[in-house]
Order: sequence, then structure tokens, then C-alpha cells
Amino acid sequence: MLSDLSLRRYSAAGLAALLLCAAPAALMAATPADTLVIADAIDDIVSLDPAEAYEFSGLDLNNNTYDGLVEIDPATLGMIPGLAESWSVAEDGTTFTFKMKPGLTFSSGNPVTAEAAAWSLQRVIKLNKTPAFILSQFGWTAENVDQMVTGKGDTLTLKTDKAYAPTFLYNCLTAGVAEIVDAETVKTHDVNGDMGNEWLKSNSAGTGAYVLKSYKPKEGYVLEMRKGYWRGDAKIAKIFMQHVPEAATQRLQVEKGDIDIERTMTPVEVAGLAGNADVTLQQDVGGQIYYLAFNQKNEQYKNPKLLDAMRWAVDYQGMADTIMKGAVIVHESFLPQGYLGALDDQPYHLDIDKAKALVAESGIKDPQVKLSVRNAADRMDVAQSIQNTFGQAGITVTLDVGDGAEQLKSYRARTHDATLQTWGPDYPDPNTNASTFAENPNNSDEAKNTGYLAWRNAYDPGELSAKSEAAVMERDPDKRKAMYEEIEKTHRETSPFIVMFQQARNTALRSNVKGFYTGGAIDSAAYWLVTK
Amino acid sequence: MENSTLPKTRSRAGRLARQIGATAFSLFITFVGLLAVTFIISRVVPIDPVTSILGERATAEQFAAERLRLGLDQPMWWQFWLYVRDALHGDLGLSIRTREPVLSEIARFFPATLELSTLATIIGVLVGVPAGVLAATKPGSILDQIVRLVGLMGYSMPVFWLGLMGLLLFYGELGWVSGPGRLDATYDMMLDFEIKQYTGMILIDTAIAGRWDMFANAFSHIILPASLLGYLSMAYISRMTRSFMMNELGQEYVTTARVKGMPERRVIWVHAMKNVMVPLITVIALSYAFLLEGAVLTETIFAWPGLGRYITDALMVADMPAVLGGTVVVGAVYIGINMLSDLLYRLADPRAR
Repeated sequence: MLSDLSLRRYSAAGLAALLLCAAPAALMAATPADTLVIADAIDDIVSLDPAEAYEFSGLDLNNNTYDGLVEIDPATLGMIPGLAESWSVAEDGTTFTFKMKPGLTFSSGNPVTAEAAAWSLQRVIKLNKTPAFILSQFGWTAENVDQMVTGKGDTLTLKTDKAYAPTFLYNCLTAGVAEIVDAETVKTHDVNGDMGNEWLKSNSAGTGAYVLKSYKPKEGYVLEMRKGYWRGDAKIAKIFMQHVPEAATQRLQVEKGDIDIERTMTPVEVAGLAGNADVTLQQDVGGQIYYLAFNQKNEQYKNPKLLDAMRWAVDYQGMADTIMKGAVIVHESFLPQGYLGALDDQPYHLDIDKAKALVAESGIKDPQVKLSVRNAADRMDVAQSIQNTFGQAGITVTLDVGDGAEQLKSYRARTHDATLQTWGPDYPDPNTNASTFAENPNNSDEAKNTGYLAWRNAYDPGELSAKSEAAVMERDPDKRKAMYEEIEKTHRETSPFIVMFQQARNTALRSNVKGFYTGGAIDSAAYWLVTK
Repeated sequence: MENSTLPKTRSRAGRLARQIGATAFSLFITFVGLLAVTFIISRVVPIDPVTSILGERATAEQFAAERLRLGLDQPMWWQFWLYVRDALHGDLGLSIRTREPVLSEIARFFPATLELSTLATIIGVLVGVPAGVLAATKPGSILDQIVRLVGLMGYSMPVFWLGLMGLLLFYGELGWVSGPGRLDATYDMMLDFEIKQYTGMILIDTAIAGRWDMFANAFSHIILPASLLGYLSMAYISRMTRSFMMNELGQEYVTTARVKGMPERRVIWVHAMKNVMVPLITVIALSYAFLLEGAVLTETIFAWPGLGRYITDALMVADMPAVLGGTVVVGAVYIGINMLSDLLYRLADPRAR
């Protein structure tokens, strides 16, 4: 019989052999000097074709392989020239002329021409994928886009159906969907008239600092630096993105130095990494905002005193410092920080006495609120805090907890009473949020304007609708900014919406890594400035 | 009887043919049943695949075009028929999410799982069987208690917790093994360009290519998740081995052998073991098949691009062709492993021949 002793000896020897095998390989774990290794959850990517990419991870990637006519400076988040060196708008306000920067080439070596730029924009409209609406709102259709968007020599001409605010067009041109593709190369990959859509899903054909070397869905991607990038060569030769779904796993990796950047972080990781000398924590904002909305089909939510009472009965800072720590910052207007005209002041704070007095003034006896909440941990925490502070002010809140899809359905059918929701902007112009929070062209049930958050809450914004429509046509940028500020101010004082937070975004970097920008609320990540 | 007059070989061949026929028939029925159930579930879940592709804010026109493209406007039975027809031709459709052929995606994800679960099962068997046997020979001893305790822990500890703790200790603190993923970044970037991938299993492909540096790196990545899953399978195998062996040791033939003065080692490892092997094969096969699709949480924590995670991720975004395709492959593997264990069963047990 094999004795215990010999078994133990064998297993010990076996274990030692395994570890000996593993140990040397594990020791050389530091990331290679010429490669930036990033861990993120990137399984949201549907396509890498700029005309189709509309998810965070895909837009991040494309921001490094393509450029637009107009760009966002990653460090200052201000607007800067991209592939166009200058632009102007004609007197009539509907003809925009872009002068292309001379001497630029795509990664294939093909020159960047106004024709290629025109074809890229026409392509977006003709393919009509999800983000196409960002450009089609200028009156471009598959039928007319060849006349509205034209390129010749070094001049690209864009015609719009109305005299929109020029900043509206320029802001939309900074969006990922308006990135310029290498027309000549893409055309050679046309399959059954798909304008190269299939090919661009996993290949790049742009002017960016990097070229897509390989992409494996749900596993990762590799970018390789392109020599002679017009904004100056990238500092690091390769980008290696590893799809790591679990935030806790990413944290271990960044602690060990197996990755340079951790991008998926919950407040737990932020707290856990604080004080680690090898890791730098960087916080900025994302575009998402958290808000409460009250359905004005319930008459009590038309009472301005009650609405005001509720605004003073939310523990904004308390939640941001505890249950939502690291995940949000307090933000009380519908335009996220970073947007033209965004109001960053915080007029409201928790004041139970004031709220109580306002409830009394409202004349509503024992007001009841039925708050719909998604069954996610952070949403439940926020809802309970609201239930608690509203309760102190004399407003009884019952929570209606349910599945996200179910709740969205009832919200779109406007059958909810009150709801806790988030909203992310669609494109980097204030109109994206103003048009949905402060416009409601037809408040009737039949209109079914589910795209307007105002409609979903049976809220008739009155003159705000007209003001928001005017703001999108205002040609003076300063005036336009002032108009949005005024709209936001009126909106937060009179509407049945209470905006509470803006999403905070956390990144952990190895301490030798510098120059990583996430793009904040209006743009995507930039890799080409990173050094280590 | 007429049959008895037939030559023995023919009767054997006939039986074999009948068995193959029966197996093929049950295989077919199982497949169609599997397809039908998964297909129906995929159509009644309250997730709209079109929303998951286009997002909430797409226009009604885009919605309609996408529904048409996916064939969702067709009657359900017709959709099912098309699916079965294509599946029988080896076409599992395109993933809704990535628009890649499901088959080629699975071909990428399945080897990672196969590699992991095979190594895990080897570890589970190499440790679990001797541990179970030793525990059975000395019931109630300290050794037996330890085997039972370790087994119980393997049964009852949540695998994601075990995975995170394992990572924290062996990777985070001790640094004995490499972290999540199948390779370090450096090697991962080389893999596609420098190694011919015959099997998709990195340990095997690098060994064939003679890239031992890469092999060692892959090994340092796989050993922790494999040991972890191996521990789970060991817990099951050792418990079952213990109970099978105790049962055998109480049999008369064992007493006879002992009385005849046969060395104890021979009694246990040759005589009793032969009989233990028969049910044990099924246990090992089941545990192996379970690991092939049941390692979702481990795959998530270790960023392991495996089949379990593939199916779960697809389910989250209502990517039904991917879910169906993954399920079909898992079903096929189950059936395959069952057939294999049947075969081994026959070899091990003369009565089953």
C-alpha cells in the first residue's frame, strides 16, 4: 500500500515542481516599457466603425485611431482644430466652409482630402446606424446628403436646412460619429454596398496617433503607434487593452503593476487604493446625471411649493459623501459639468425646516410619493435616503422597486408617479439635454413623445420650450451660453425634475504613468499623450 | 433460439450497431429538445434584442429595419425551423452584438475553457482519488476527518469568494503565480503573430512551437484558476471515491483476499479499485462536464475568455444566437463526454460489454 508518508512526499514534490515552474514567469510581471497596459470592461463594443460606434469603449478606442474636422483638446477640453485648420459660416447661416489642413495622410499613406471628409459624413447618413441622428439633425438625409455635404480640393462645404447656432454644428462634429475615414481604403472593402461597414468593425482607417493592430471582442485589443502623427508622435509605442470584467481583479492587477491603468472602479476600489504610493488616483466626471422626476399627471406635482419643499428635502452632499462616495459629485442642473452653459453652482442643500414650512404652505395635507426605483444597490441606497429625509419633512415616500426594463417601460408610458433615473447626453452640445428636459412640443397622451423627458413626466415647460429652440439657433456663442444658463435656472426652480448628481469617473494609474485623459463628460479617452 | 446459431462476432456487431443507432437517436432527440427549449426561453425573456443593439434612443425606422434584418418579423416556428436547419449545416448564425459568426467566436472561447477544465479535472483526479481512498481505508482517522473537512469546504464556499481570496493570496501577496488573463501583455501581443494556433489551447500550442518561455508564462496564469476549479472537483471526487471504496472494502471478496494473505496495497489499489473505477468514471465525467460550462464566476474573476462567460455575457445583452450556439456546443460536449464515459464504463466493467 502507498503509505501516507510517501503520498505526502509525492504531493509535496509535485506542488514544489508546479510552483517552481510558475514562479520565474510570475516574477517578470511588470508591464513592458514600450506598451501601455490598460484593464477595462470593454464588452460594450458593438462596432469600431465610426459611423456605428456609440458605446464608451468603442469611442475611446476610435478617439485614438481617428480624428474629426474639429477636435476636443484632451487636457483642457476646449475645442481645437482637427483635420480642418479653419472654418467659417456664410451670412445666411446655413453654409459652413471648412479648409482642410494640408499635407495630412491616413495611416495607409493616402492623403486627407475634402472629398474623403465629405464621403465620410455622407456615409454616416447613408448607413443610418444608431449615432447617425447626431448628423441627420442638420437636415441631412440619404437623398440630399450628396448635395448638402460636398468636398473639392481643400474645401469642405456643409449646408444645413436651417440657420442653426454654429457652435451646435461644431460641437456635433467633435462627436465620434463625425470622425473622418480613409475613403479610398474603405471603398476597397465594400461588401454588397455596405460601404466597408463590415470591414471597419475590426479594422481602422484613420489619421489617429494609433492604428488598430488586433481586436478580439470580449478579450481585448492592441493598438500600434503610427509614425508621423500630425499632432506629434504618441509617447508609447503600443496600447494593450485587456478586457477584465471584475473591478476587484483590476485592482489587484494595478497593485501588482501588471497593468498601468485601471479603468473600471467602484467606490470600494477607490477606498482600497487610497494611500497606495505605487498608484495615483485620478477623478474626473462622466456625462451621466442622476435625477428625480415627478409625473405631473398627479396634480400635486404642479404645486410649486411642494416641488420646492422636495428640492430642500434631498441630502445632496450627505449622499455624495457616504453611500455614493467616489461615484458621483453633487450637481443640480441638467447640463453636465463640461458642457457649454452648464451651471455648476449648488443652490439647494438639505434644509428640513425650510422643507417642512414649504409643505405647510403648499396646502397639501400629508403628501404621498410613490417612488419607482431600479433594483440596483446604489439606486436603492439613494432612494432610501430620499425616503428618510422626505419623511422628516412630512412627505411620505413609498418605494416601488422593480426591474430596470420594467420601470423604463412604465416611465416611457408615463404611468409612474415619481422616479429615480439617470440620463446620459447623446452628443457634446447643450441641446442634447436641453431639448429633452426643457422641450415638449405636444404634451398630449396621443403624441407619445417618449424621447422627451418632459413629456414622460407630463411637464409642459411653457416658454422654456421656445427658449430652448431659440438657443439652438443662436449664432453668438456667448449669448447662447447665457441662454442655456437662464433655461437651466428656470428649469431647476420650476420643473418637476430634481437633478442631484453627476457621475464621477475614477481611474487608477501606476504612479509612473502621466498624461492620461478620459475626455470628461464631452469626449473620449486619449492615449497618445500618456508617458510612463 | 435462432440467434444462438449465429456466429458470435455477427451478434456482437449487431449489438454494436444497435447501440450506435440508439445513441445516435438519443443524441438527435436530445439536440432537438435542447434547441427547442433554449429557443423558446430565448423568445419569451422580456429583453428586446433590437434595443440591446440600437440603444434606447434609436428611431422607430431604425428599429423596424433591424427587426427585419434579424428576421424577427417572421412567425416563431419558422424562425425555429430556420435555426435548426442552419444549425444542422454547422451555421450557428451571427452574434447580434458583435456580428461575428457564433461558431468562430465559440472556436475562440471554447479552447480556453477546455484547457482550464481539463487541467482542473486532472488536478481533481490526481488529488481526489488518492485522498478518497486513503480516507476510506482509515475511516474516522485524523486523515479521514481532514479529507472530509477539506471536501466540505470545497462544497460550501462560494467560488467567487474563493477565487478572489486565491488571487489576493497567491497573486497579490505571495506573487507565486501570474494574474488574470491567459498570458502577460507581452506574450499576449505575440501570440497571434508568432505562434501557430493548432488547438487554441495555449499550453499545447506553445509546447508544439517549442516556445517554453511562453509556455511557462501561460502555465503561471492557468495554474491558479485550474487549482481552484480542481479543488472543487477534488472535493466531489474524493467524497465519492471514499464512499465507493468503503462500500467495496465491506464486500466478501475483499475479506477473502485479505484472508488469503494478499498484501493490503494490492487488495485496495488493484482488486477494490477495479470496482470503484466503474462508478467513479461517471462521477469524473460529470464533474468534467460541469466545469466546461459551470466556471462562469471563475472565468469572470480571472478574466478568462471562456465559454461559460461567453454565454452569460451574451445572455445579459439578449444576444440569443450566441446563447443558443453556446448552449448547443455545451450540449454536444455533455453528450460527447457521456458517450466517452459509457465507453470507458464498458471497458472497466466486463458485465457491461
